[in-house]
Amino acid sequence: MQIQLNGKVHDVTDGVSIKQLLDELKLHPLRVAVQVNLDIVKREQYEAVSLQPGDKVEVLTFMAGG
Amino acid sequence: MHGQLPLRIGDKEFHSRLIVGTGKYPDFVTMQKALEASGSEMVTVAVRRVNLDRTQESLLDYIDLKRYTLLPNTAGCYTADEAVKYSRLAREVGMSNMVKLEVIGDQRTLFPDNEELLKATKILVKDGFIVMPYTNDDPIMAKKLEDAGAAVVMPLGAPIGSGLGIRNPHNIVIILQMVQVPVIVDAGVGTASDAAIAMELGSDGVLMNTAIAGAKDPVKMAEAMKKAVEAGHLAYTAGRIPKKSYASASTSMEGMIE
Repeated sequence: MQIQLNGKVHDVTDGVSIKQLLDELKLHPLRVAVQVNLDIVKREQYEAVSLQPGDKVEVLTFMAGG
Repeated sequence: MHGQLPLRIGDKEFHSRLIVGTGKYPDFVTMQKALEASGSEMVTVAVRRVNLDRTQESLLDYIDLKRYTLLPNTAGCYTADEAVKYSRLAREVGMSNMVKLEVIGDQRTLFPDNEELLKATKILVKDGFIVMPYTNDDPIMAKKLEDAGAAVVMPLGAPIGSGLGIRNPHNIVIILQMVQVPVIVDAGVGTASDAAIAMELGSDGVLMNTAIAGAKDPVKMAEAMKKAVEAGHLAYTAGRIPKKSYASASTSMEGMIE
């Protein structure tokens, strides 16, 4: 299925959880924040929340800034 | 009382009065060296989309989290709602419930939208954040932010990245007299003397990014800023002499030959 990941179309396994997505992207769950369709998903929910086709997923982290 | 050591913000204590940004450095290694030379204990970061291209290095690989407290900002936010959202995302990334709250009102000047800033401050304070709002050098606004529960107030010295120095030192002094929470001058510093002036006024700290990152030698400038902040603070606590229009001789006339 397809989701929107950080503004771009991204192919994932059907019903993938946020934890699985982060694993697949090789992202450390302790260093990111995840938003799905404008709602922030708490870290404790990463395993429980499975994504649906067309979900808008944003994965954010700390970057350089003043 | 301003100018006490250590500087207390929320439940944290800092011995350095210099907060530095992590933006605009030529590379992460230079940034890392500059942070070290600055002696700072708190560094600002932004919340942005993660780089999915894993060949690029990550900022956090260059920041020793045992040594530095991360201060996430809400740079680029133009409404209270947006700034609240970014603050919550920052808290979710973890490591900090502090936020350098920026709500920008205009793209060209990057001046704060104080109405939205106050609104966001109230929401975030209620939500348990340690709110550090970036504001104009407006004493009334500073007082309102303090009353809303801001942990510090951070008036600008001059527009972000302008390097114009402390344009209205009188207002900074009035702000210091009007609020009890720490006052950290944020933005406008161009060189070491600007940082020293901010501290000589009695400010509790200075926050800067471009003045260091944009210098020809950022590591050297970071050291200069460290010394300037220390010198300015020391001069403030030492108590300067009053300014006078006429000379007063340092050497006595007594004992001169006739």
